[in-house]
Amino acid sequence: MGVFAFKLPDIGEGVVEGEVVEWMVAVGDSVKEDDPILSVMTDKATVEIPSPTDGVVKSIEGEPGSILAVGQVCIEFDIDGDGNAVAEPETKVEEEVPAVVEETPEPVVEDEPEPAPEPAPAPKPTPVVVAAPGARPLASPAVRQRARESGIDLASVAGSGPAGRITHSDLDSWKSAGSPVAAAGPSRSAKTGTTEIPVIGLRRKIAESMTASYSTIPHFSYFEEVDVTELESLRVHLNSTRAEGQPKLTYLPFIMQALVKALGENPVCNALYDDEKGVVTRHDAIHLGIATQTDRGLYVPVVKHVEAQDVWTSAGEMQRVSQAARDGTAGLDELTGSTFTITSLGRMGGLGATPIINKPEVGILGVHNAVDTPVVRDGQIVIRRMMRLSSSWDHRVVDGWDGAVLVQRLKSLLEHPATIFM
Amino acid sequence: MKVRKCKVLVVGAGPGGYVAAIRSAQLGMDTVIVEGEKAGGTCLIRGCIPSKAMIHAAHKFHELAQHAKEGGHMGISIPVPAEIDMAGLKGWKDNIVDRLNKGVEHLLKSSGAELITGWAEFKDAKTAVVGDTQIEAEYVILANGSVPIELPFMKYGDGVISSREALDIDEKLDHLVVVGGGYIGLELGIVHRMLGAEVTIVEAMDSVLPIFDKELRRPLELFMKKNKIKVNTGVFAKGAEKLENGKLKLNFIDKNHADDDSKMQSVEADRVLVTVGRRPRSEGLAPTGVALNERGFVKVNEKCETNMKGVYAIGDLTDLGEMLAHVASFQGEMVAEIIAGKNRIYSPLAVPAIVFTEPEIVSVGMSPDEAKEAGHPVITGKFPLAANGRSLTQEAEKTGGFVRVVAREDDHRILGVQAVGTHVSELVGEWTLAIEMGALLEDIAGTIHAHPTMTEMTHEAVLATLGHAIHIS
Repeated sequence: MGVFAFKLPDIGEGVVEGEVVEWMVAVGDSVKEDDPILSVMTDKATVEIPSPTDGVVKSIEGEPGSILAVGQVCIEFDIDGDGNAVAEPETKVEEEVPAVVEETPEPVVEDEPEPAPEPAPAPKPTPVVVAAPGARPLASPAVRQRARESGIDLASVAGSGPAGRITHSDLDSWKSAGSPVAAAGPSRSAKTGTTEIPVIGLRRKIAESMTASYSTIPHFSYFEEVDVTELESLRVHLNSTRAEGQPKLTYLPFIMQALVKALGENPVCNALYDDEKGVVTRHDAIHLGIATQTDRGLYVPVVKHVEAQDVWTSAGEMQRVSQAARDGTAGLDELTGSTFTITSLGRMGGLGATPIINKPEVGILGVHNAVDTPVVRDGQIVIRRMMRLSSSWDHRVVDGWDGAVLVQRLKSLLEHPATIFM
Repeated sequence: MKVRKCKVLVVGAGPGGYVAAIRSAQLGMDTVIVEGEKAGGTCLIRGCIPSKAMIHAAHKFHELAQHAKEGGHMGISIPVPAEIDMAGLKGWKDNIVDRLNKGVEHLLKSSGAELITGWAEFKDAKTAVVGDTQIEAEYVILANGSVPIELPFMKYGDGVISSREALDIDEKLDHLVVVGGGYIGLELGIVHRMLGAEVTIVEAMDSVLPIFDKELRRPLELFMKKNKIKVNTGVFAKGAEKLENGKLKLNFIDKNHADDDSKMQSVEADRVLVTVGRRPRSEGLAPTGVALNERGFVKVNEKCETNMKGVYAIGDLTDLGEMLAHVASFQGEMVAEIIAGKNRIYSPLAVPAIVFTEPEIVSVGMSPDEAKEAGHPVITGKFPLAANGRSLTQEAEKTGGFVRVVAREDDHRILGVQAVGTHVSELVGEWTLAIEMGALLEDIAGTIHAHPTMTEMTHEAVLATLGHAIHIS
């Protein structure tokens, strides 16, 4: 028996410390190599750390919410065999290859009983195998192609075939596996319990940045209603004629493209304000933060260089980065660097909102749902598709006029969608 | 100048380009394909196909010579020695090439793609001029292929030839020197040896075909030794001189004493064939704006997309995959489908490679060393041609050779198969499919292999890997 001390590994990208979000193991637990043991949050991303070894957890360093430095011992295991005085997380015993005698340069038919390897035991009848991270999932070309077309990452599919081979029926069951709906019965009894939730991890980060924004930035908000009837008909047309593989267009890619124009014409609104140095930096590039609700809380993944994209690329990129944020696979680069932020409640709707600026940006645009609404046109009540926009601006560096001009320009572009592309 | 607008422009009608054009036209896209020489490209016109024709002829001549020996062979004897007429052989080979060239042209035409003959000069990424026609395309597929590398101190011409000219030799050679012991040099060297020329190989590395392991090379090296092909390894070629008698003198020197002129050796030859590799034909692509790597290959991602939107590159021209005709064809078909909106990527598990020397060498997937290096627990098994009935009946065992299987020890997944031996190249299809399908040793062990065929060796090599081959003890 020995003790294996494991240091918090270098999580990358210049990260020097991380906050413990959760320990998946407790002292006394048996763990297997590669079992997840610890979830650590760095500046932006949350990283799951796998166990470096088989063993029994001897001690753990750091409660959820506490900060661990990279290189600090965070867990110790009792293991079979020698421990590691010098912690070496990646040590792995070289597997011995059975020797096969290979001589006979000249063909020989029948002599030399070759000490062939004992037939290795048949693969264990494990029903399903999920490929180890990094290893390529085992699947035939037809299955790989079908997965690609269906947008299924084979690494997440359990294979039921020999050696974990993924079959067509594995894909079928992966596709049909919906989340089982919990049937909760009605409960009418009075309740008195409370639950304390420590504000740690991402929640703490959100709390800090919201406070920093709202307590230093004098926000002014501005609302407008936009007639998107024509935009809707363009959108429906493009979606009905889109090529296979092209993303489905929502309103957002059009708004992103319209923002490229409107922000380009009003550079005061596409800027970062360093209030400590007292400098506003206007940006030629338009990097749009897309506020995204995830299971873990609010993330703002960034679509870079929207000014260099067309509407299809914007749609694809937006889907990609927000999916990455939801999956927790977004890298630091995809979570930083925005120059302006869009927050969309999508179908949730609402009459208006006062979005909080994503500091150090100077403005944010809230997008509400589009609804068919009776409006007056030329003295007649007609039904038009109307969408509300809510915007907030940093009044220290953006005057009311500037914010209003930007929003009015956006309205004009969205109401005459052809002009977005001219 | 005429303007021809199209959806897809394919540049180069080799095995990558013509397949891309046919598939593109099949998918209903208006397709133009431009070729400066003959449709078919290096592979059909001056590579794989003509060389295989020459190899076949050389074998035939070699066999006939055996029958013409005193006492004959197999009970068959020919009273007069076989004679070779190199011009006649070249004509026969050209006829095969012509038929294939016409076949490709016909396939292009019937698919609906338009073949324009001439060299495409790009004005920008989507506009090319061929003669008096300006082609304006929405999508471009670059399939320019590759050309033999020229040695700066021994330029082509005046008896120094590339593989291209080697396939058009129409006279009998007394002595051929091959500089570069890679697969092209060895294939052509062996052809000329079988046709009666003396052959000398000059190779800078410590062995010929260094990409293959020693065990695989061994039967080939024995064959060359037995047939008196002189192999000089570890030497640098230092240039060729024209002699008064019209022959060439090729100088070479031990690479460890490359500065000591007293160690210089030389050999006289009718021709010096330089086969030191191929380079992408990427000159002339500057106006397209596609990015090249430091070796001149067009940089592409797994969809064969270049840095320019709507411009794709495939085959030998790219930095994706090996310089192999079947890789180019696969990518050509794939790119046409990608342009048509399908979601495909180039990610094969196994790319078969064959050297048509005598004996042939075939490899697909990982060798034992590569598998170990990749961290797999490895088991291997071998089966010799000498224990396979079909091989004996066609004298394929004479050059030695074996089939070797590489698999994972724990789950028995097949990682690679290699073979060396006469006629083994046709076996590679089953092996490639097995790897792509993720087959286990038990999958092949449980498949009936027809008797009497050479495919039985695959079965037996798999059984040997499992430890219980039947026809070898």
